[in-house]
Amino acid sequence: MNDIIKIFIDGREIEACQGEKILDAALRNNINIPNLCYDKKLSCTGSCRMCIVSIEDRPVNVPACSTVVENGMKIIAFNDKLEAERKVILDLILSMHNDDCINCVKDGSCDLQDLAFRYDLGRGKRTFHPMWGDAAEYSDSSSQVLNYDATKCIQCQKCIKACQEIQGKGILTLENRGIEAVVSTGYNQWSDSKCDGCGECAQVCPVGALTMKFVYTDGKRFRDKDISKITGTTCPYCGVGCQLDVHTNSENQIIKVTGSESLPNLGSTCVKGRFGLQYSGHKERLKSPMIRRGNSLVECSWNEALAFTAEKLKEIKSIHGGADMIAGMSSARCTNEDNYLFQKFMRTVIGTNNVDHCARICHGSTVASMLTSLGSGAMTNAIADFEKADVIFVTGSNTTETHPVIATAIKRAVLNNNARLIVADPRKIDLVRYAAVWMKQKNGTDIALANGLIHVILKESLQKDDFIKNRTEGFEELKKSVEKYTPEYVEKITGVPADKIIEAARIYGTAQRASIAWTMGITQHACGTDNVTALTNLAVITGNIGREGTGLNPLRGQNNVQGACDMGAQWDSYPGYFQVENETAKNRFESLWKTKLSSKNGIPLTEIMDAVLEGRLKSLYIMGENPAVSEPDLNHTVEALKSLDLLIVQDIFLNETAQYAHVVFPAASALEKNGTFTNTERRVIPVRKVLNMPGQAKEDWEIIQDLAAGMGYFWNYRSWEDIMKEINLVVPQYSGITPERINKGELIQWPCPDSKHPGTSILHGEKFTRGKALLQAVEHIPPAEETSEEYPFVLSTGRNLFHYHTGTMTRKSIALNSFCSDPYFEMNEDDMRELAINEGEKVKILSRRGEIIISARSSKRVEKENLFLPFHFAEAAANMLTINALDPKSKMAELKVCAVNIKRL
Amino acid sequence: MCENSSKITVLEKYPDKTKSLNEFLNSLPLGADIKSNRGFLISCLHKAQSIFGYLPDEVQLLIAERLRLTLSDVYGVISFYSFFTTQPPGRNKINVCLGTACFVKGADKIFAEFEKQIGIKDGATSKDMKYSLSSIRCVGACSLAPVVTVNDKVYAKMTPLRVREILKECE
Repeated sequence: MNDIIKIFIDGREIEACQGEKILDAALRNNINIPNLCYDKKLSCTGSCRMCIVSIEDRPVNVPACSTVVENGMKIIAFNDKLEAERKVILDLILSMHNDDCINCVKDGSCDLQDLAFRYDLGRGKRTFHPMWGDAAEYSDSSSQVLNYDATKCIQCQKCIKACQEIQGKGILTLENRGIEAVVSTGYNQWSDSKCDGCGECAQVCPVGALTMKFVYTDGKRFRDKDISKITGTTCPYCGVGCQLDVHTNSENQIIKVTGSESLPNLGSTCVKGRFGLQYSGHKERLKSPMIRRGNSLVECSWNEALAFTAEKLKEIKSIHGGADMIAGMSSARCTNEDNYLFQKFMRTVIGTNNVDHCARICHGSTVASMLTSLGSGAMTNAIADFEKADVIFVTGSNTTETHPVIATAIKRAVLNNNARLIVADPRKIDLVRYAAVWMKQKNGTDIALANGLIHVILKESLQKDDFIKNRTEGFEELKKSVEKYTPEYVEKITGVPADKIIEAARIYGTAQRASIAWTMGITQHACGTDNVTALTNLAVITGNIGREGTGLNPLRGQNNVQGACDMGAQWDSYPGYFQVENETAKNRFESLWKTKLSSKNGIPLTEIMDAVLEGRLKSLYIMGENPAVSEPDLNHTVEALKSLDLLIVQDIFLNETAQYAHVVFPAASALEKNGTFTNTERRVIPVRKVLNMPGQAKEDWEIIQDLAAGMGYFWNYRSWEDIMKEINLVVPQYSGITPERINKGELIQWPCPDSKHPGTSILHGEKFTRGKALLQAVEHIPPAEETSEEYPFVLSTGRNLFHYHTGTMTRKSIALNSFCSDPYFEMNEDDMRELAINEGEKVKILSRRGEIIISARSSKRVEKENLFLPFHFAEAAANMLTINALDPKSKMAELKVCAVNIKRL
Repeated sequence: MCENSSKITVLEKYPDKTKSLNEFLNSLPLGADIKSNRGFLISCLHKAQSIFGYLPDEVQLLIAERLRLTLSDVYGVISFYSFFTTQPPGRNKINVCLGTACFVKGADKIFAEFEKQIGIKDGATSKDMKYSLSSIRCVGACSLAPVVTVNDKVYAKMTPLRVREILKECE
């Protein structure tokens, strides 16, 4: 903390921090000095001059926003002379502003309007003539989600700075000079630029110059003063868990969405969170339960649907010899409360451990590896820690598109704090622009690369010997195993030049605080667990764990994948990671739940479809998942779904999987329910009801409770709070995260052992969860499927910024579709030329398992003989091609590498 | 992100010019530090304009990429300095002085006449690439006001009536 000093503003003594600006101190003490271009999150611009103050013994007035306080400073903020000067300045600013307030969406929330009123500067009372007329030609409404009205722009530059300093993108600039200055992207029009529509600029605009398009009301305009309610909730998309303010009108219609000024996103969102929530009120939402009659699904009552399902489940449970013929797929898209109840239903009502969710094909390998080596599988540090690191190593993560708001933190670390970024990725992803070193490894060679880095670090004695001695075991074996991974040997395997490996190792090895972040590029391999282990070894031997700005940071993909794991929606663990095959754990849960439990591991998600086809499973209960698009090797998956005796689908849409269902339950979306998610950094965050549920839809936990009642188990949960109270008792990490604290607005990171505990930002501080960290030697294993003459291309799948997973939500958004609506794959431009494939041409991609027809997009991002295919599009599903090769340790599927060929049609 | 991969035309059309710009860029100590790269921006723009005669979009993008900047970083600087131009210059560069002395002697009317007859605005180049027209400040020949220069030739004591004659000379 900086030293506290005393200053005087208009004779009043106030405390200020050494080094802060006069305006910050004044505003904190409710001394409302007028300002337009100031924002506490941005560097000082000092252009509007509204905040001028006079300081005793200084000859001229100074802007309070850019003048640093000094001890004993005597400041005059308000007197007649200053107010008269401000009035002249404001008059000048107003001459540049089209004050068409009567037709402006910002009417009622415009800083300039407020000041004009405060200084009594109505149209008839101004000295200066309007000068904004010529600016009209610079107005630009070509962006998919933003409007720029140059006639209202007052050149405060907040938008430009927000884009550069908060988002790290630098899309905007000031074009021209002086009176002609306007905001511009430098391209002919906004939509030609690299703007990805995050809307940070519109959120900071103090006037009506940069505004968000009305993507939620089909273009119908609303003023800010038409907004009657603002609900704070959590974004339903990725694992960052951005806190959103959803603005609704008196008819409960969403008008706009802004980022809340709280952790973890500090006001930011990405384009999906701000502009992509239309799915909730979409006309295709499921409104009634449905039941199969012959070849079609028909609407029915809840009673009928529940009675049918309960009877059928009871029948399968008894006739086919056991509960283990029923499996449940829980959902990382649902709340902690939903997930807790779902696994409780499977374990107690059905009596099986056959419950799992998509973490298996997400960070299942991370959890398997880190549980073994450290004792906890979660992200070790907080998102805010990226900005405290001096080196960040991002591997197998196109963070800009998968976790956009975390990417902004990484960019800020580089641009504002001079952190050095190391990127390892086969594609030239956006982060490469910010990187000190980019290692372009071949797909599936991550272990060799990490071992190579460790080799160099040990050779150059950059490891932390004390840390290794006191806090780890297994170092000697590790040391021996990496001996052969010389930079030259690793270059042969990975294709990364030896000198880059050495450079990256030195940067990482000499860092004071180095953080590693990864996502599916590391985990979705048949050697995914070992990939993570190799990274763990790297962090541990350099002591980069357990401290601020360091850590092993698997960025979780979905809004509540962390929570779904914590809640025990897993085939091998109860809530709180108690292993089901552990007798003591079983006893604990038998006494908590007052029932007998199965002691046998369940069937993991990735083996469920095989089990169905082998006749070991007769029924599937799927909540909020879409395996008919998301599972590897889809032909195989669909065959399995078709052969089930009972397929229960509980979802918000009649998705691809529901086409095979026997019964469908309509569920509430995240915008229509209350509860909690747990984001990637283990922070338990609130989900609050914004909209009403459509038709007869119910919250997921209610449906589960009703179904349990149909099976003869009468629970009595009346709200999410009741379930959370039980979670407080059952899950030790969540003991202190009570509904009362959540309702009070506390955003607590687990573990939190009691209701007074503030939560834990950094894991493994004093000691590792398992005691000492286990260093395990791991060896390079080639991918399960390598290229051949017949299949010469390596295909990798992944995400695109504008869509999310199987697209059931994002593809309902006209705004998001306007950025990207159709399936495509990226191909190296030289390869395209050689095969004479034109831009946008539809071609056939074939693998040993299936084929799809899809448009080609030439790209500088992918290497020759590599293809990248976003997996959001059911009509050209990436998983028709992917391989169901599994990681033996975590049951992860190898979604990142398969061999394919391309044929022109 | 929907990546722009359109063909780079100007750079392909003038391989020698492109080569010489690339050689200049290669000679700079550019690195991963975006802030330090930014310090070279103006000298890159100077060099590029001296090579190409103007700063087309593709050249701006090339410089942006090599300096790890965005197009807006580059374009903001270009639009700030009147020295830089994004329009290819015409064969005849017509500059009309609007400095104080010329202005009081009616240079604005001369300028308007050029705009009218060529059919372009200040700072633009005619479609047939014959003329580019700019208003400039004092050329230091106030005794000859109003002054117009065409390429290296100076026309003194101009009148709107002589505009047609000058344009004819340029044919």
